[in-house]
Amino acid sequence: MSYLVLDRLTKRFTSWTAVDDLSLTVEKGELISLLGPSGCGKTTTLQMIAGFLDPNAGRITLDGQDLLAKKPNERGLGIVFQSYALFPHMTAAENVAFGLEMRGTSRVDRDRMVANTLKLVGLDSYGDRYPRRMSGGQQQRVALARALVIKPHLLLLDEPLSNLDAKMREEMQIELRRIQRSVGTTMILVTHDQSEAMALSDRVVVMNKGRIQQVATPQEAYDRPANAFVANFLGRTNLLPGTVEHDQNGTSIAVADARWPVIQAVPPGPGALAVRPEKISFVAEAGLSGIVQARVFQGTQWLFEVETAAGRMMVIRQHDGGVLPNERERVMVGWRPEDMAVMPAQEAA
Amino acid sequence: MTMAASTDAATPAVPTVAPAPERVGERWSWAPYLLSLPGLALFAVLLLVPLAMTALLSLNSFSFYGGIQDVWRFDNYLEILADSYFHEVFLRTFRIAALVTLLCALLGAPQAYILRRMTPAWRSLCLLIVLGPLLISVVSRTLGWALLLGSTGLLNQALMNLGLVSEPIEFMYTETGVVIALTHVLVPFMVLSVWASLQRLDPQVENAALSLGAGPSTVLRRIVLPQIVPGILSGSIIVFALAASAFATPAIIGGRRLKVAATLAYDEFLNTLNWPLGATVAILLLLANIVIIVGCNRLVERRYKQVFE
Repeated sequence: MSYLVLDRLTKRFTSWTAVDDLSLTVEKGELISLLGPSGCGKTTTLQMIAGFLDPNAGRITLDGQDLLAKKPNERGLGIVFQSYALFPHMTAAENVAFGLEMRGTSRVDRDRMVANTLKLVGLDSYGDRYPRRMSGGQQQRVALARALVIKPHLLLLDEPLSNLDAKMREEMQIELRRIQRSVGTTMILVTHDQSEAMALSDRVVVMNKGRIQQVATPQEAYDRPANAFVANFLGRTNLLPGTVEHDQNGTSIAVADARWPVIQAVPPGPGALAVRPEKISFVAEAGLSGIVQARVFQGTQWLFEVETAAGRMMVIRQHDGGVLPNERERVMVGWRPEDMAVMPAQEAA
Repeated sequence: MTMAASTDAATPAVPTVAPAPERVGERWSWAPYLLSLPGLALFAVLLLVPLAMTALLSLNSFSFYGGIQDVWRFDNYLEILADSYFHEVFLRTFRIAALVTLLCALLGAPQAYILRRMTPAWRSLCLLIVLGPLLISVVSRTLGWALLLGSTGLLNQALMNLGLVSEPIEFMYTETGVVIALTHVLVPFMVLSVWASLQRLDPQVENAALSLGAGPSTVLRRIVLPQIVPGILSGSIIVFALAASAFATPAIIGGRRLKVAATLAYDEFLNTLNWPLGATVAILLLLANIVIIVGCNRLVERRYKQVFE
């Protein structure tokens, strides 16, 4: 049985439905990301798990126990807030010790555990500082230590890195992954940053408008997006309209003057295919013909814009010394059938 | 805390601004002073000059037949410091002010906290009810209290009809009555001041404490209260200063029998015509106010240093 189960969870506010019939299972020790644009319901979902919001319908169980029957302060979850929500009138050590104090841990054990946890997040010498005297990254680590020290069954992270600058964010990503490995806590990370979700997660849950779009490993979601929303949200993609046909040779999709065999099961009729810019190459035959509109040098790679009969496409080629077409040149682009995701037209809308 | 984080994040993005040419800087350096000159002049004419004149007046002496004598002595101060009647009046003034401050803090702080947790529609309605009394003149409000508190007033009639008391409780011309009326007048200042400090409170901080296993009452005591102490303190300073120097309410509810420093000074000026003694009372009230407020401020500020920064 799965560790955390969200079963048909729904949260309606007066004028809109924030979370719509959401079901999800999380295994013990897993790091799973809820990923989506703002307003997709990911934070609402987190708040319902934490107990700050009550769902209108659905169930949440943790290790077989009904979580909704418990008050927020009885759930034993660790939470790292977007604003960190540190107690400004307490030192870093006092912040970390607060949860242990509430659990009635003895003074001696408390001091030892606080020291160990501050060491884990790399703040051993900052215990007596007040949050105001710390940088954003340090505050973030205190918030993490405060949530980890109580040895929570589940650690919820609400956009924990969004207030940090790019360099700090990368450092904290590596740090977070290291800590998760060494502590083994089950974690749910809410983020709108797809690269963060992909870098950290065992699985990503892509959400939009209160509904789950896809649950998959980061690589799977990137390579085989379930629909156009996922394809667009996770990195750049080319979305081309086509027609799916079934015949004695199997399934194929026709796009303008070209045709690709389809590996996935897709019903016949109008469809669409999604293919990543870096998976496209310039081919001699059996491709989609077009004209190079622009080419931009980006250091490690070249970015091309190719106008084809099926629409404008983005192509990325590595800067590895190979011969590449010039602007205004007539070219043919192609990709391997396993590198594209094909979906019915209504899911591409 | 949030501010620190956002500053950190923003720093690398801010381009370096070239320093303005020195000539421009010099030309403009007088502008702030020139611009604040009208305000400073008003301040000097309406506050500093009268205050200095009152201080000088308090050094003069008064004779019943000769009027104000142009001498410079500390006789008035010595008289007040030696006479137990004045001690009683000053003690009463500060006892009332302290009680009113305490009551305002006990009523106003929870009120502000409850207001913050209301839905926006209810909040604006309740805020209007809380602040509404400020729109009504102190005198008419106090006369209203006199009607309520009198021996045949609504409150006493209700208590007697309910059988709770056999004869009317004396509210008028007592400290109890003055404290009740002053608290009503001054509680909005406390609410506003605590409200302002609650606005700075990160709403997630309470959730964070809950998630760490703290019950709602522990959250209030350990997390919310320490953070709104600055608000309660600044509210207390306002309320204490206004209560200690209040005139209309003690004059109407306290009457001639129950004098406080402000009504005493008034009587010295307008009934006894002993202006120098009245001025001395006023100056002593001001000094005592400053000493008490600054002293308390220092004490609490030291205790809650981290919250104030």
